[in-house]
Amino acid sequence: MEPLSNKRKVVENKPLNFLERAYLPAILQGLAITMKHFFRKPVTISYPEEKREFSENFRGMHSLKRDENGKERCTACGLCALSCPAEAITMTAAERQPGEENLYREEKYAAVYEINMLRCIFCGLCEEACPKEAIYLDGDIVPSDYLRKDFIYGKDKLVEAPLNQ
Amino acid sequence: MELAEIGIKFALVTIIFAISLVIAMYSTYAERKIAAFFQDRIGPNRAGPWGILQPLADGGKMFLKEEIIPTNASGFLFIVGPSLAIMTACIGSAVIPWGQKLVIGSHVIDLQVADINVGILYIFGVVSLGVYGVMIGGWASNNKYSLLGAIRAASQNISYEISMGLSIIALLLVTGTLSLRQIAEQQHSWHWNIIYQPVGFILFLVCAFAETNRTPFDLPECETELVGGYHTEYSSMKLGFYLFAEYINMFISSAVMVTLYWGAYNYPFMDWMAAHIGTNGAVILGVVLMFAKIFLFIFFFMWVRWTIPRFRYDQLMDLGWKVLIPLAIANIVVTGIVITLINR
Repeated sequence: MEPLSNKRKVVENKPLNFLERAYLPAILQGLAITMKHFFRKPVTISYPEEKREFSENFRGMHSLKRDENGKERCTACGLCALSCPAEAITMTAAERQPGEENLYREEKYAAVYEINMLRCIFCGLCEEACPKEAIYLDGDIVPSDYLRKDFIYGKDKLVEAPLNQ
Repeated sequence: MELAEIGIKFALVTIIFAISLVIAMYSTYAERKIAAFFQDRIGPNRAGPWGILQPLADGGKMFLKEEIIPTNASGFLFIVGPSLAIMTACIGSAVIPWGQKLVIGSHVIDLQVADINVGILYIFGVVSLGVYGVMIGGWASNNKYSLLGAIRAASQNISYEISMGLSIIALLLVTGTLSLRQIAEQQHSWHWNIIYQPVGFILFLVCAFAETNRTPFDLPECETELVGGYHTEYSSMKLGFYLFAEYINMFISSAVMVTLYWGAYNYPFMDWMAAHIGTNGAVILGVVLMFAKIFLFIFFFMWVRWTIPRFRYDQLMDLGWKVLIPLAIANIVVTGIVITLINR
């Protein structure tokens, strides 16, 4: 019968010859191998100081975008929260008051926008659902913390820095 | 004058004690660092530059840990175990000649604590005492894993002491003395005993690995079978003492191997050096080189540890009784015949 792969190997139980039984040559071989590794460059990435390069479509921490004039794009439509399979997003909408036109692009905005980073599975469905191109998962890895409540990120951590500063 | 002698000896004892403790401390660091390099990692690098303060951090941690003595353990012996282990590890260094005699003014400083004429026997006595620490600790823990580890340690050490002793006998046929100082003096310049006793050295090396409970012979603390072996129940600095004793033992057995086989503080062209940089300079260079050789051996211990997996227990006993002891006896016979033929 034709073998499926060419990986088949006939097991042979040959008795060990003298050199193999002496064991010392094998030890020396092993020592040579480990010594080769001794001078090899370490593969460790010292994480906080050094970072592994991410792929282009890496999904990290969310950021709420501003438009070209520095106004927040989010209109608190709630589609991201609806699309979120982990139910990590909540928001409270508010109406834009006169005089706030330079802050928010549309008449409605998110007064509170919270993402629970412990629930988030970084699937990216929120950025696909967003009709205003307001949310992207283009950030870094979410940093560690001590308390669960500190993983609920509000607008202070999510909204992009203003443009003209 | 007498008082000055005592003062010098006391200082020497203190220095050697401090050196062995510091070396043991930094062996733990070196072990972790070297293990990391062998495994393509970086190793401890957070405490101080390149992590050189790591041993201090480890020591501090050890001291601050809770001291636990199990309810059913034998309290007194439980404490005696690690104390005995570290004590026997520390006193082994007394007979090792660290260098030739320094001459400062009218004082002749002998860089050896005690030049006794049975130095090798003393070393063997101390080494075989070392197993009592492990035995007592393992037995007093009242834990089956500890007991099994202790029994393994005892039978392993006794088995390998036999072939170690036999390999030394062949060396003694060559040197004709038991005094480590005289053995060191005989290896002047490049006449190192390794040239005359290569087989004996390999036997001694293998036995040294077994005596210090290092991989591939670390069955007394075989984690996969015995949790932690004889120190399963130990915590805090009592555990630290056991681990420390292992590293001091490693240092001492490296020193013994260097003294017996690798020319102790001797190096080629030492007379030429003495003529050019002065006697004391040559002596100090010898001490430095002796320590360099010792460090190479410690490195070798670690290198082997991260290369070879642990033996199975029956393989360990087979190797000890069926291979090493016959080889050692054959080595004695061959050495004896050669010496007789040469002397005729």
